[in-house]
Formats: sequence, C-alpha cells, structure tokens
Amino acid sequence: MTSDRKTLPADHYLKHGWDLKSWLLTTDHKRIGLMYLVSITLMFAIGSLYAGLVRWNLLVPDGSHMSAEAYNKAFTGHGVVMVFFFLIPSIPATLGNFLIPLMIGAKDLAFPRINLLSWYIYIVGAALTMWALLTGGLDTGWTFYTPYSTAFAESNVAVAAVGIFIAGFSSILTGLNFIVTIHKMRAPGLTWFRMPLFVWAHYATSIIQVLGTPVVAITILLVALERLFHFGFFDPNRGGDPILFQHLFWFYSHPAVYIMILPSMGVISEIVTCFSRKRIFGYSFIAMSSLAIAAIGFLVWAHHMFVSGMTVYSAMVFSALTYLVAVPSAIKTFNWTATLFRGSVQWDTPMIYVFCFIGLFLIGGLTGLFLGNLGLDVHLTDTYFIVAHFHYIMVGGAIMGYLGGLHFWWPKITGRNYNESWGKISSLLVFVGFNLTFFPQFVLGYLGMPRRYHAYPEEFQILNVLSTAGATILGFGYIFPFSYLTHSLFRGEPAGPNPWGAKGLEWTTQSPPTTHNFDEVPVVTEEPYHYAAEGEEHARG
Amino acid sequence: MAELAAHAGEAHHPALQHHFVSLDQQRAASTLGMWVFIAQEILFFGGLFGAYTVYRTLYPDAFSAGSHHLSWKIGFFNTLVLIGSSLTMAMGVYSAAIGKSKAVVGFILATILLGGVFLGVKYFEYGEKIRPCLGDGPHTGCLVPGARFDAASLHLSGAEAGHVQIYFSLYFAMTGLHALHMIIGAPILLTIAYFAWRGRYSPEYHTPVELVGLYWHFVDIVWIFLFPLLYLIGHH
Amino acid sequence: MSHHVVSWKVYLGVFLALVALTVITVWVAGHDFGEFNLVVALGVAITKATLVVLYFMHARYSERLTHVVIASSLVFFAILVFLLLTDYVSRPWPLSPVAS
Repeated sequence: MTSDRKTLPADHYLKHGWDLKSWLLTTDHKRIGLMYLVSITLMFAIGSLYAGLVRWNLLVPDGSHMSAEAYNKAFTGHGVVMVFFFLIPSIPATLGNFLIPLMIGAKDLAFPRINLLSWYIYIVGAALTMWALLTGGLDTGWTFYTPYSTAFAESNVAVAAVGIFIAGFSSILTGLNFIVTIHKMRAPGLTWFRMPLFVWAHYATSIIQVLGTPVVAITILLVALERLFHFGFFDPNRGGDPILFQHLFWFYSHPAVYIMILPSMGVISEIVTCFSRKRIFGYSFIAMSSLAIAAIGFLVWAHHMFVSGMTVYSAMVFSALTYLVAVPSAIKTFNWTATLFRGSVQWDTPMIYVFCFIGLFLIGGLTGLFLGNLGLDVHLTDTYFIVAHFHYIMVGGAIMGYLGGLHFWWPKITGRNYNESWGKISSLLVFVGFNLTFFPQFVLGYLGMPRRYHAYPEEFQILNVLSTAGATILGFGYIFPFSYLTHSLFRGEPAGPNPWGAKGLEWTTQSPPTTHNFDEVPVVTEEPYHYAAEGEEHARG
Repeated sequence: MAELAAHAGEAHHPALQHHFVSLDQQRAASTLGMWVFIAQEILFFGGLFGAYTVYRTLYPDAFSAGSHHLSWKIGFFNTLVLIGSSLTMAMGVYSAAIGKSKAVVGFILATILLGGVFLGVKYFEYGEKIRPCLGDGPHTGCLVPGARFDAASLHLSGAEAGHVQIYFSLYFAMTGLHALHMIIGAPILLTIAYFAWRGRYSPEYHTPVELVGLYWHFVDIVWIFLFPLLYLIGHH
Repeated sequence: MSHHVVSWKVYLGVFLALVALTVITVWVAGHDFGEFNLVVALGVAITKATLVVLYFMHARYSERLTHVVIASSLVFFAILVFLLLTDYVSRPWPLSPVAS
C-alpha cells in the first residue's frame, strides 16, 4: 500500500518559542520531558565514562592501571550517577512526563509548575553531586555504608550526600504529580481498567517514589550530620549500629530497583501488544501485579544484608518474603509471552528491544532467586555474581525497555521517523555487547571474584578481558541511537499521527502534539488494546 | 460532558488553571496533592522515629537519663502553644470557608505568632545545651554530641556516656527537623495571610488556606509524638 | 467535592480535648506505672493525632482516597519499624547492637 507523503503539522508544541526562556520557564509537560531527556542523557554519558574507567582497570589482574583509591572513586561514581541520576528518573521523567497526560486525555499533569520545579531540583542535585565527584571524588560505593562513610572516608561524602538528598525530592515530586494526575484527571469514560498499562506501571512506581524516597533522604542526611557535626547515629564507639544504616538505606534502595524496572515493564506491555497486533493477555493481572510488586517490594530489603551481621532469624523472614516478590514479575513475563502466542509479530526496533528485555530480564530475575537463598547468598554476595545479576535487570531489563520506548514514541514526540535499519543494527549491537559484558561476570562471581576490588587473581583475566570487550561494543551500541535519533530531528521523514497503527489516546493526536494536547476533551468508550483479530492486516499510518 | 456544562460558568474564575476542567477538579487535585506530600513527610520523619525505636529499645536507661535532663515543663508549655496554633489555624480555614477575610488574616497571624513563641522557646532550650560547647574551656554542660559532650553532667560514664549521645543526636535531629518545618511554614503562612488580606479568597475558592492548614496540622502532629517520646521517658 | 463547613464549636471542643489529653500524659509521666508509662504515652499521642487528623484536617469529611493515602503511609511506616525490630529483637539478650 502506498503511503501518502506526510508533512509536519503546522502548529505543535515545539513551535511555541525556541529561546531559552520558553524552555526554562515552560510548564508544558512535553517540553519538561524533553529537558529531562537531555539531562539524563548527559548523566548517562558521564556514568558510562566511569564504567569505562572501571572496565579499563579490570583488563589487567594486578590493578596497575590506577590506584585502589582511584578505582574506588571510579565504581562509586559509576553507581551514584547511574542509579540516582539516570535510572531512577529515566523513563518516568522523560516518557512518563510526556505521555501520561496524552494517554489519559488530559491537557497537562495536575501540577505543571511542580513538574518544572522537579527538573530544577534534579539539576541542582546533579550539579552538586558532580561537583563532589569531580573535586575529590567519592569512594564509599553508591551505598555509603557506615562507619566508613561517616568516620573514615576522606572523600566528598557530605557534599555528595546532600546532592543526592536534593535529587531525591525531584523523584518524590514527580511521583506525587503522577499519582494526583492519574486519580483526578482521566478523561470521561477512562475507568481504571481502561487505562494503558504504561499508566498503571507509573502509578505503582509513583507510590514507591513517594513512600520510599523520604526514608533514604533522611538516612543520607543523618550520614551528612554525623560527618559534619559528629552526631553518633551509626558510631559503634558510642553504641551506634552501622547495620541500622544499612536497614534504613535498603528500605528505600530495594524498592528503588522497582522504580527502575516497573516503568520499563509498562513500556514492554505497550509495545508487545502493538507489535503482536493482539490485545494484551491478562490485562488486569499485569495491572495488579504492578501494584503487588510495589507493595511486596517494601518487605524484602534486608536480602541485601544477609552477611552484614543482622540475625539469621530476621534473615529467614526476609528470604521468605523475597521469594514472594518474584511472583508478580513472573506473572508479567507469562502474560507478555502469551500475548505473542498466535500474534502477528512485527519485527521493528521497539519489538526487538522487547525480546531483548524478556530474555535478559528472565535471566536477571531468576538469578535473583539464587541470591534470595540464604545459603547461596553467603557464597555469592559481594561477588561479581551480584554485579551481573543487577546489570541484567538494570541494563538488560530497564535500559532495553527505555530504548524500546524511546524508539516507539519517537515519532510522536518529534513528529519524525528514525532510520529503521540503523535501529535494528544498533539493537543487535547492544544485545551482543551487553551479553558479552555481563555473562562472564556470572561465571566470575560464582568462581569467587569479589566485587569492588581493583585487583584480582590472574586466572580471572580472560573473563575480565571478554567483559571489557563487551563493554566497548555496548558503548558503540549506545552511541548509534544517539546519533541517528538526533539526525532524525533534522532529516527524518514526517511520521504522521500513528505510524505504528497503535491503539491509545496518544496516537489520536497529531505528531508532534499541540501544546494543549487535545482541543476537546476526549471521551473513551473502548477497551484498551482493541487490536483487530489475529491474521487481519493493519493499515499503516 | 455534563460536568463540563455544569461548570461552564467557572471557566472564567480567575483561580481556575487552564489544564483543569473545573474548580472542583482543581480543588480535589490540590488537596490530594497535599495529602500525598504529607504521606511522604510521614515517611521522612518515620526514618528518624524508626532509628529512635531501635535505640530506645537497646538503651532504655541512657534514654531515660537524657530525657530527665530536658525540662518537661518547657515541653508541656510548647505543646500547649502548638496545639493552640493548630486551633487558630483551623479557625483561619473556617473563616475562609464562611467568607470572613479579615478573620482569616487575624487567625493566620495568630498562628504565626504562636509558632514564633514555640521557636523562641526552642531557641532558648537549644542555647542551654549548645552554649557550653562553644569556645575554649571545660565545656561543662555541653550536650551536643561529639568530642565536647559532657556526659558527667548527666552522671553517666562508660558505655552509657556514649549511648546518651545517641539520645541527644536524635533529640537534635528530630526537634531540629521539626523546627525547620515550622521555619519553612512561617513565610508560607505569611504569604497566604497577605493574599487573604487582598481579598483573594472566598467561600467558593480558599484552597490555599486549606492546604497550608493541612501542612501546619501535620507539623503539630509530629510534635505531639516528639513531646512524650523525648521529654517524658520513664518517670520523674 | 463536599464543601462541608465544620462548626467552630467542634474545633474548640477538639482543642480542649487535646489540652486535657496533654495534661493527662504529663500527669501519668510523673508516676511510675512501669511499662504502662510507654503504653499510655503512645496511646495518648495517637489519640491526639487522630483528633487532629479527623477534625482539624477534615479527614472525617474527606473522600475515601484521603483515608487510603493516610492509611498507606502509616502502614508502610509500621512495616519499616516492625521489620527493623525483627533484627534487633532477635539479637541475644541483654540487647546490644552487635549480634553474637
């Protein structure tokens, strides 16, 4: 079928001013989403440079590429930047901000000015933390364990802690905004069970952001207070308990990993149904499992602490609860797979990322079950097995979803198509590079190589070299989308309102949307994902 | 659709923001937003209360000794002051709801005044404990945790001397964070009072007064727990 | 959305109740009731907080979602404290911060 030449719409949200003021004082959720996109891409680049330093050091077993102190600062910088300034905001602040009002038929989020404020808070937090990292660095690990961080570290702990504290409020405000928006601003007819699963995922994520982040905020503040004013919360000399820090830290930081993965799962749900041309299987199970993950995720934090000195009785409780949290994630995976079954699969770039996600998240998730087992964890904790486990989820899972979503909604956000061939090539590069980087790390961990060590026994060198080679390929894999997506801003062909033939309110608007999204408040009468029956051809665009 | 028609007259209400369909929706959203913010504040203070629970369970005697050193009379007075400020705040919201702008201003100013009394008393309490720590000299009576802490003034030594520093770490952190919330609240209250004085609020629209009231009452609730937990441990 | 206006008499009544409860808690703290001191202190504080939430903060007249938000924050705070204590309480007595 021949497609008519499409043109960009005459008026859209990007046309309302290009000067600095129109961006820095905007309250348009779409522009704020783009500002976040630029910011987190920059932070991702910085985090990747730190990763490069880590992998470069690990090319040789004797750690001769840099001092141990420098290495500590490298992996800490990598963790802090990637966790707090890339992964946590990534999908919610970019895609979530852009899409949620469109998906529910609203003109903006509930609190547009607070949305802008959250971006400024993020920038201040990021600037302060980067200043701390670059002038002296931080060597405590992104986990800030006491008493090293409070009493012994000679790096910029207090300043970095304050920077992260500030950034936490950006996350809280985003979550607050989403919760209120989803409750109060859905279009007429859009009942909860007609909402896109992307919105459900962000709702669950927002609950975690609002209830979990404040606890790590106060905990990090206590570390700063102890460092600056010598308060004694975690000082063993005065009866303080360093393990209490770990409890309070992980109370947030475990649910935080669900902040990082739930939005990605929401993306997967949207893409898998569109590119199977089939209604998603088990809609309500997927919706409810998001809430279940959010809730149960708060009950398992001490599985990060099994060898810390906490009692084994407490550890048993947390281990049992940890097995429980795997269930809702598994439910999602089964449902996505069932959606594919007898679907008409379209192999475009977003869908390739979906397959990457499902396979890699499966491996990451299953290895989590290994780690939830007390006996195994004693052997595997603080080894590269852990590093591989969480990178399979964070990179193999979350970032694949992020890239898939970026490609899927790129035409909506920019009005232009990206180059599909480059998209496919890059996704394969990312997949190969990722596995080459991190699969050897499972083996290394099982064989006993400790994490956060700047030198290692010689027999581990081959696997480390493979891992560094993989990281290099992965790096190129990430540079390509950056290039061709940016290129498409100037040279991409106009996409029209719905290039993928997808269902959802956001696809009923022009691409890019107008500033106010909808001229008239839409009224929703259909169930979500009402794709044609299997076997029917779809009309593109 | 019907809701849109019913609220058509509100389309030009100056306070209605463009992305909301009606004042009702705006009010519902703003109120929910403030409650969600308060929920997050509960977890924010909650981390401190969690640490408190752990350490009081571990060191009941040191906590008792530390608590006895605080003046329960001052704490009692301050509690009454803050409860009073909650009453004036509630009366301020009530006045806005019945359209008495002048009374709104009066009650909010009274709230700020009572808050100021509370903070003044706290300044005095803190001063007693912090002043001995400053400068050179023996630092007798210094109660700021750290190298200059004077455990002997509490008749404690050995391990207990360290444990009571944890009590005072929590004392300063919890009451300090609470005081900070009041200090942040004051200019916000002042701003709302100003707008009330300028006639911005009516029975139809006074959401900012309600919201700032929610915030202030939350700050009062935190103190309702801080008072017995810090000042009234054990018995006198 | 309800525009229910609460009578000022309710506020005054709540205020007087809060003052009375404060007096009670101070009085109880002045006597030795053993473990019961803590129970009363917390019980009074919770009662006072409940009065403030229900009446001063209008939760009594608010939609159910407000109740859900309040309850959720309290539930998760309780989870924090309760699961924290599973560690400390299962340490050997007399309690010390370091598990044996």
